[in-house]
Amino acid sequence: MDKKRIAKKLVYAFITIFFVLLFNFFLFRVLPGDIVSMLSRGGKATPEMLANIRKMYGLDLPWYQQFFVYLKNLSAGDLGVSFMYKKPVLDVIGARILPTVVLLGVAEIFAILIGIVFGIVSAWKRGKALDTGLLSTSLLLYSMPTFWLGMMLILIFCVYLKVLPISGMVTPGRLFVDQWAQLQDILRHMILPMICLTLGMIGEYAITMRSTVIDVLSEDYITTAKAKGFSDGYVLRRHAMPNAMLPMITLIAINLGMIVGGAIQVETVFSWPGLGSLMYNALVNRDYPLLQGVFLLSTVAVVFANFLSDILYEMVDPRVRSMGG
Amino acid sequence: MNLLEVRNLKTYFSTTKGMLKAVDDVSFHLESGQALGLVGESGCGKTTSALSIARLLPKEGRIVGGEIFLDGHDVLLDSENELRKRRWRDVSIIFQGAMNALNPVLTVGEQIAEAIVLHERLSKEEALKKSQELLDLVEIPKERYKRYPHEFSGGMKQRAMIAMALACDPKLIIGDEPTTALDVMIQAQILNLLERLRRERSMGMILITHDLSILGETCDHIAVMYAGKIVETGTVTDIFEHARHPYTDRLIRCFPNIHGKKAIPEGIEGYPPNLLDPPAGCRFHPRCEYAFDRCRVEEPLTRHVGGEHTVACHLVEETR
Amino acid sequence: MREFLDQVKANKMALTGTIVLAFFVLTAIIGPFFFPFDVMEFGNVEDILQPPGPGHILGTDDMGRDVLGYLIAGSRVSLLVGALATLLCMVIGTVIGIVAGYSGKAVDNILMRITDFFLVIPWLPLMMVLAAILGTSIWNIILVIGVTSWAGTARVVRAQTLSVRERQFVERTVSIGAGSGHIMLYHILPNVFPLVFASTILVAAAAITSETTLSFLGMGDPAHASWGMMLHYAFETGATSTGAWWYFLPPGICVVAVVLAFTLMGYAFDEILNPKLKER
Repeated sequence: MDKKRIAKKLVYAFITIFFVLLFNFFLFRVLPGDIVSMLSRGGKATPEMLANIRKMYGLDLPWYQQFFVYLKNLSAGDLGVSFMYKKPVLDVIGARILPTVVLLGVAEIFAILIGIVFGIVSAWKRGKALDTGLLSTSLLLYSMPTFWLGMMLILIFCVYLKVLPISGMVTPGRLFVDQWAQLQDILRHMILPMICLTLGMIGEYAITMRSTVIDVLSEDYITTAKAKGFSDGYVLRRHAMPNAMLPMITLIAINLGMIVGGAIQVETVFSWPGLGSLMYNALVNRDYPLLQGVFLLSTVAVVFANFLSDILYEMVDPRVRSMGG
Repeated sequence: MNLLEVRNLKTYFSTTKGMLKAVDDVSFHLESGQALGLVGESGCGKTTSALSIARLLPKEGRIVGGEIFLDGHDVLLDSENELRKRRWRDVSIIFQGAMNALNPVLTVGEQIAEAIVLHERLSKEEALKKSQELLDLVEIPKERYKRYPHEFSGGMKQRAMIAMALACDPKLIIGDEPTTALDVMIQAQILNLLERLRRERSMGMILITHDLSILGETCDHIAVMYAGKIVETGTVTDIFEHARHPYTDRLIRCFPNIHGKKAIPEGIEGYPPNLLDPPAGCRFHPRCEYAFDRCRVEEPLTRHVGGEHTVACHLVEETR
Repeated sequence: MREFLDQVKANKMALTGTIVLAFFVLTAIIGPFFFPFDVMEFGNVEDILQPPGPGHILGTDDMGRDVLGYLIAGSRVSLLVGALATLLCMVIGTVIGIVAGYSGKAVDNILMRITDFFLVIPWLPLMMVLAAILGTSIWNIILVIGVTSWAGTARVVRAQTLSVRERQFVERTVSIGAGSGHIMLYHILPNVFPLVFASTILVAAAAITSETTLSFLGMGDPAHASWGMMLHYAFETGATSTGAWWYFLPPGICVVAVVLAFTLMGYAFDEILNPKLKER
């Protein structure tokens, strides 16, 4: 029964991805000017060349056949060729995945941990000065556009204090003694964008966690636990937290969709060579194959992340676990 | 010596609108092995009294006066640490609507066992075994200890709560509206169960309810509360057959009598008073059909009217 | 309703939010008369990126123009775009939510699948792609934001519709023979409205953030100066690295203030509508 449900959700995830592909396909077909007219604008292509290109990209076929060609290419790993880089899109993306994953991964973990702690402390000390302080900070961070936060951080740390580098992942033109020194350079460049991304995400986690914990603390089973003679710490840990974390799992999943947006902003402001800034550059330069590729990747990633969190939630909440059991 | 003696208890709540006098100079007692029914409308202070005895008030609430003696020892003098050591062994509570009183993410067995592990110093396995026995005691199949609360029906959940409340063999068990959310048949079952267990273990019990009719079979004594004050106490017979306070009288008449005439029970006009600013004099006077001048200015003191029967009403004084 | 308004007045957060918002709307309306600004005009070359001083309280931008004037002009655009995008978003979301919740079965299923789809797709990439396709005129921006942000509202409205639908009076109305459209408009909508209102506030906050972010990333309308556009130009012309804080700090602060105002209001409504969060 468990496996059946997981399989059902997996199928559903794949169906969603199929629609994403369809959506992606149509989106970019609707573009003003297809690839042929783009190339022909330079004036260097002859009519035969144009016809050849059309055939190569299958643009002379009806749209549903074009879609199948698209899917076929996709399964072979062919996402087209980037206008800017003149390399296969897959390669271009591949080179940029790691910086983004590292940045996002670390930032998300920190944001979740700090957000949860803020939320719990806020809820426990509700109405007191600490709660007001933490809540105000969270609300403030939540309201700030992430890229603006980045600009402020640059102003403080790079321009005034001059302690951290402004942009990029490595200092250009420098030679390093060994790998360790190079790693240190990268880390120095990573601090600011990571702080920016983390701060941008703390707000929502903290505010939601606070609400959830307040809800949970008002339940009778908390009073019962206290009535049994357990310390506040035990009651919080063993009775309140497991219940409060359940909605958080859903939030974390939803936020994965947001984190892509946050990454785009941060990577652009700090020129961090990841997928976010890649998307930005592709957009600015109207590099449609690349844009399409990155968009597809980010969407598929979110769908899978949601699927995983769905499974996780099922495993963790006993009420859901036994339904259908 | 009484198991429980509450003297001049005053519990107030600080709210954004002022000081709410939820329990204002309340006194009652309970002997070992006896059952006391605490009855009154919603908001009259019965739950607050119970929470005060167990010292489980929310942070807005504070006991501002009085004494609570449990086996001769004033629990209001205990520090938080001393209290904790004796919790669940001295006093345990069954909350109304066990729907939310059981933690949904822990098994029922774990929840019963944790108190045993804490207080009786048994290992987890031994505690879980004992929890199975407790479930058996309340007529729930033993194997259910591995199950989660949502797998239990309403009546079963309440019985599980009773099992949990008995885990450390308490001296006093407080049931706060333990049957309110259940249908009538299950209500009867639960009440009978409580009765039986109480007698077997010679526990003291306080049963809190707004439903006077369930107290007849299960309690020895009844205390009637109104607007944070006790208006009448006595044996079950005293209250049901010789009620002296107008409020008690009206309360009894709210419940239809099978033997009496067929009539729609009369309600009581008006609403319970605002405890931020209660009426002067007797708190019931705005709704009392017998109210006279003295009632509006002077608070009636509690008077004995024979045996264990006490009443706080100016009428009683007059006719004595 | 009266009690609701009383609670709003008493709630400091909601009050603060409303006051701040009123301030910005007022400045947007009358400000430009005192501080005229034209984004298509150039200023003096000598005045480029001057720090605050006489004549220019907030300094000058990369074209030598007055930042304060720019800021006020920008408030008009930012607030207007935010308002219109929110309106579009709420209309779509509410209609879909009510229709889905009321119709049930197949219609509900299809609409909800579409809604879930939009919930899953990451918002910024989607907006960026749509903006790239449609072009960056101000109406397109409004359209893009409105068309991508309705999913959350639709979900919430649908849930509320489901519970309203079950209520007795709807059954009675149906039995009288009232048509679906009539019921949805005159019975469901009024009951769903408080929730829609609360949702609108939060959507407005998101809409303003979206417009600001899109403009910053270069997808704004150059002919209409918004706070986001200011930030875009500030970044592009290196105001950050040269420390020309007067150019990018003010618009950012304004955005934060407005979004915070909306968030506070939205949060306050949440407290009012959700009894468990209320302080005693």
